[in-house]
Amino acid sequence: MVTSATSLGRNGLYDWLMQRLTAVLLGLYTLGMLGFFLFCPDPDYQSWSGLMGALPMQVVNTLVLLSIAAHGWVGLWTVATDYLTTRHMGGPATAVRLVVEVLIALALLVYVLWGLVMIWGGA
Amino acid sequence: MKVSIYRYNPETDREPYMKDYELDTGGQDLMVLDVITRIKEQDPTLSFRRSCREGVCGSDGMNINGKNTLACVTPLSEVAPGVREGKKPLIIRPLPGLPVVRDLVVDMTMFYDQYEKVKPWLQNDRPKPAKERLQSPEDRAELDGLYECILCACCSSACPSFWWNPEKFLGPAALLQSYRFLADSRDEATEERLAEMDDPFSLFRCRGIMNCVAVCPKGLNPTRAIGHIRSMLVQEGV
Ligand code: SF4
Ligand code: SF4
Ligand code: FES
Repeated sequence: MVTSATSLGRNGLYDWLMQRLTAVLLGLYTLGMLGFFLFCPDPDYQSWSGLMGALPMQVVNTLVLLSIAAHGWVGLWTVATDYLTTRHMGGPATAVRLVVEVLIALALLVYVLWGLVMIWGGA
Repeated sequence: MKVSIYRYNPETDREPYMKDYELDTGGQDLMVLDVITRIKEQDPTLSFRRSCREGVCGSDGMNINGKNTLACVTPLSEVAPGVREGKKPLIIRPLPGLPVVRDLVVDMTMFYDQYEKVKPWLQNDRPKPAKERLQSPEDRAELDGLYECILCACCSSACPSFWWNPEKFLGPAALLQSYRFLADSRDEATEERLAEMDDPFSLFRCRGIMNCVAVCPKGLNPTRAIGHIRSMLVQEGV
């Protein structure tokens, strides 16, 4: 058993399932958006805000936003623990990795908060 | 034909280098191990491991024209088109991702440490039967494609996840062996074995790249075994 303080669920199974579930959700959402632009080739402000302002869509958008954050975190954490290691860069690796992980987490947090304001702030 | 071999003697060489040899094979489709053996007659300083010379012991895993395999069961004609005819050089390097002891001999400690971590033995605390623990033919068939592994390390040393995290990721060979015991009807440590593997590294660092499947000289499929363990973990954990 390998323990890692910075992994989200501290559990590989949880991370792995999370990655798959969020991928499915993001995939479906992308298809849905494609559908919207295909069948509404000339979207104006009216139809767009009608779509995005509806409560079900607000809920979906919130889920998608959280999915992006979770998916991004698991993926980028994995990349960081693959390449920002002492094996690749020697001594400073742990400090570098920690800084990069904090930056990633901060960026994702900002996206989520900013996204929530956009989704629920009304306009 | 031209043969280019990785050479490194840490006692005398500042860094590794490739040394070229000329060998007349008379167009024969020799095994790569035979080629290396003949070169050692020319140059006795060349070091490599081999024992059984028939794909059983797993000691001559090496990287031949970019692919990990056993030199003793790889004929020149299978290395790449043109190698046997001498139109293309034969290029031999040690297994990647493992420290080089000398020339083609690598230090396999990391590989064996991973193997040890999966407790590769039967665990069963029930009272011993008079003779032996029996299996039905069907249960025995579950072990096909698992027990044949000869621990040559061709797979693990071809796996990027092994290169980046050999201390944390178990690697395809050890994971295949782990499943060999998980799948064994006589083994009773399923829960303990699974509990050791549900962190983000031990098993889940496998990305399904399938380099391991592409190189295994015994035709085994570690990726499939890893998939089976993952399904077991999902069933336990959801
Ligand atoms: S399938 Fe998994 S174990 Fe096999 S080479 Fe790829 S990452 Fe490594
Ligand atoms: S699975 Fe195949 S390549 Fe890997 S150690 Fe076993 S025999 Fe060698
Ligand atoms: S020498 Fe034994 S496997 Fe090749």
